[in-house]
Formats: sequence, structure tokens, C-alpha cells
Amino acid sequence: MFDDFMTRATLGGMGTALAAAPLGCFVVWRRMAYFGDATAHAAILGVALSLALQMPIFAGAMVIALVMAAAVTLLSGRGYAMDTLLGVMAHSALAFGLVAVSFLSGIQLDLMAYLFGDILAVSHGDLAVIWGGAALVVALVAWRWSALLTATLNPDLARAAGIDPRREELVLTLALAVVVAVAIKVVGVLLITAMLIIPAATARPFARTPEAMALIAAGIAVAGAWAGLHASYRLDSPTGPTIVCVIAGLFAVSGVVARLRHAG
Amino acid sequence: MPRLRIGAAGMTAPLVETTGLGVRYGDVTVLENVDFRIERGEIVTVVGPNGSGKSTLLRAILGGVSPARGRVQHAPGLRIGYVPQKLVLDPTLPLTVARFLSLPRRVPRAAAQTALERAGVPGLEGRQMAALSGGQFQRVLLARALLSRPDLLILDEATAGLDQPGAAAFYRRIEEVRDETGCAVLMVSHDLHVVMSASDRVICLNGHVCCEGTPQVVAAAPDYRALFGEGTRGALALYQHHHDHRHEHLEGAE
Repeated sequence: MFDDFMTRATLGGMGTALAAAPLGCFVVWRRMAYFGDATAHAAILGVALSLALQMPIFAGAMVIALVMAAAVTLLSGRGYAMDTLLGVMAHSALAFGLVAVSFLSGIQLDLMAYLFGDILAVSHGDLAVIWGGAALVVALVAWRWSALLTATLNPDLARAAGIDPRREELVLTLALAVVVAVAIKVVGVLLITAMLIIPAATARPFARTPEAMALIAAGIAVAGAWAGLHASYRLDSPTGPTIVCVIAGLFAVSGVVARLRHAG
Repeated sequence: MPRLRIGAAGMTAPLVETTGLGVRYGDVTVLENVDFRIERGEIVTVVGPNGSGKSTLLRAILGGVSPARGRVQHAPGLRIGYVPQKLVLDPTLPLTVARFLSLPRRVPRAAAQTALERAGVPGLEGRQMAALSGGQFQRVLLARALLSRPDLLILDEATAGLDQPGAAAFYRRIEEVRDETGCAVLMVSHDLHVVMSASDRVICLNGHVCCEGTPQVVAAAPDYRALFGEGTRGALALYQHHHDHRHEHLEGAE
């Protein structure tokens, strides 16, 4: 059954959605959206590196995403506001990545596929990487859930309970790098942050606990991936952006429903 | 946390002891040569003007800042309950009181109920943290700190957002909790007049320990008066007056 490209695309989209949504809740709660962007944009440099060295895209993207995260952490608190620093890092990483890719003249390269994803071309090998990565991220986040949540609320509160907030930050960074690497094929580096943030933001008005928010976000992301994929098939529109459009539509509806409920 | 050394066992060992503690932020020395200890069951209050290093001392004890000099020792197996100055809840984070009490470790429903009662805010389990009043919020923070059955309760200006009767009621509750559970209490505060008479010992801090002793001793000390002026003696008297006839109806129930 995996031979059908639509089936593979659906499975790829769902795997990405499942990994991104719960992690995205932490990105939203900790206001790390720009950090996610910087990590994701840097991944294009990883793509160039992978192609030049003829190693798997997944590995190159993940390594560069981690390097980026480490660089941001090291540079923070050295005179620039965090958003300025991230803005510099995110966009220069993207620019350097694009320039690096252009030098790889020997390779027939569809740049658009890495910027916006190419979910319809997901292979069996890609599927294994996506679901392996997704399982890793979900397991990591589930394992560290309470500690992550406590550290997110207040670092000193975590320390008093014997949790090292810096270690939890590292766990998040690692998970983020895996999600970026996994999602390149599906939505591309430019839209990865959307898969992290929009489902979580959409789920917020309907959740009373953090766990509920993560579950609802996962549901929204999976539904959005499925609906977006099928809409793009019908409309013959680019798939990654269509998925994001559908999820953005759900976000708008959620906002209106929440407001109506609040007023009523 | 490798920076914290474990002290020698035994009942006489203090819960926390700092020796020659110095902390610097970049080029600025925030704490210098601070010798501090707290014993089981003691209530110790740290007072001092803004920027005197009160919160830094607490963070050094919690392990959040590394000492540039000296060391911080914890009694073996020390359990700390921490009540932060304030907890900024991101509006995107949904959190019920019950869920908050179970962070980071799940607690049974009955234990959560008891902790809320002990903190003076029974029956709030189902409420959203964001919907609580300032007084309720601080008491829920206290309830959570109590759930870990702490040997040492650390409060960092825990009454900063409360009015004077609210703060006084909060501190009375702390005193009762100490009497019920036998935990030591270390607090930092600006509300000198309210806090001091509830304390066994007061430490006046201004980068170093200026003076130390019972509330009466510190209030009369020249170093203390130089920092805070004469006016606070009157306020201390005012609080003792309040202590005689309680205004329970002013507590918590907003």
C-alpha cells in the first residue's frame, strides 16, 4: 500500500505533524518562534553541505540546525537583544545557504523543493526517517514533559525541585533540530515554523491543561496535513504551502469560535 | 549540581550553610564574604535595600548562580520548597491549579486538597492559574512548595504584590505552617515591619552581612538604622499592634 505516492505523502505529512505539534507548544509557551525560524533557515546551509559531501540531507540539516542553536545560545546576552540576534542569524544563515547551494553547479538541484518541501516525492527511505525522527521527538518530549514544563514556568522553581533548566533547554533544542531535519522534505525550511506554531496557537482556546493543548494541537496538525495534501491534489497547488494555508484557516476559525464563546 | 558540596551528616548540621560566599555578575560584585546558615525549624528573614544581593543569595542557595568565591553546602537529602517573587504565566499556557500543584511530580488529589487548605485557599483545584487574584496566586505557590514536604521553605519577596493586611496574613500563615510541619523558612522581604516580628533571626544584607540577630536587636542596630532610617521602628510597633487583634476577614477570599 506504501507504493501509492499519495499514501506515502499522507504518512509523511502526518509524521511531521505529530512531531511538530507537541514541541510547538513549548515553542509558543517559551516564545521561541524566532529561535525556531533561525534553526530552520540554517538548515538550508545543511542541505548544501549534505549535497557537497554526498551525505544524507537529514544528517546535514540536523547538524547545522544544532550548530545554529548552539551559536545562538552562546551569543545571547552579549549586548544584542535576542530578537535582533536571531533576526541576524536566521536571515544570514538562509542567505549563506542559498549562496552555498548555488555553487553546487554540478548537481541538478531543485531549490524550491528544499525551501517549500516536496512531499509528493517522499520515498520509502524518507518515510522511515520521518517516522523515526517523529518517534524520537515524541518520546523525548513525553519523557521530559514535567521537567520541561516546570523549567518553562520558572527556572528557579525547577532548580528548587532538582531539575537543571539548562539541560531541559538542551532537550528542546535537540528536539527542534530533529523536527527541522524531518520537516524539510514535507514543508521545506521556510514553513517549518508554521507547523510548530500554528497548531499550538489554534489549540490554545480549547485547552485547560498543557497536556490537552498538546493533544489538540497534534490533532489539528494531523487533520491539516491530511486536508492540505488532498486540497493541493485537487487544486494542483504546491503541497507544503497548501498544508500551512489549511492550518492557518483552522487558526482563524479557532480565534472566531473562541471569541464568540467568550462573548456568549 | 557539582557546585554544591554535600555537608556532613548529623542533626546539628545546618540545612544550608554558606562560607565566604562571593558572587559577581561580570565586573560587579553583588555578594562578598557572606557567611550564612539556617537550622531546622528556624525562620530567617533577609532584609536589605534594592540591589543589596538578597535575591542573589537565594539563587546561590538554589544553585542558579555559581559562587565566584566561597561555597554553598546543603544538608544531605535536603528538600527545598521555593516560592518565587512572582511567576509570569505566558497567556498561551493553559494551567489549572491542580495541574500546577502536580509539577514536576504528580501528587494525589487528597494531598493537593490538604496543601491548598494549609495554604489558606481550599477548593481552588479546578481554577485556571491566570484567573486567580494576587493573594490567591501566592498562596497556591505556597501550597505547591509545601507539597514536596520541604525541610526548607524559601520565599523571595513572596508578598510583593499584596497589600499590607494581605502580606501580614500571608506571613502569619507561613508561621503556622512552620509550627505544623517543622520546616525551616528563609525569606527575603521589603516588608520589614510585617516580616520581622515573625522571624527568629533577621539578617541585614547590603552586599555583605551588615548585622544579624533577633528582630529587636537588628531594628536597634546602628547599621540597620543607617540603611533604613528611624521610621521603620514605628512600623514594627504598628505590626505588633495589628498582631493583637487579627482581621481574618481581610485574608485571601477576594
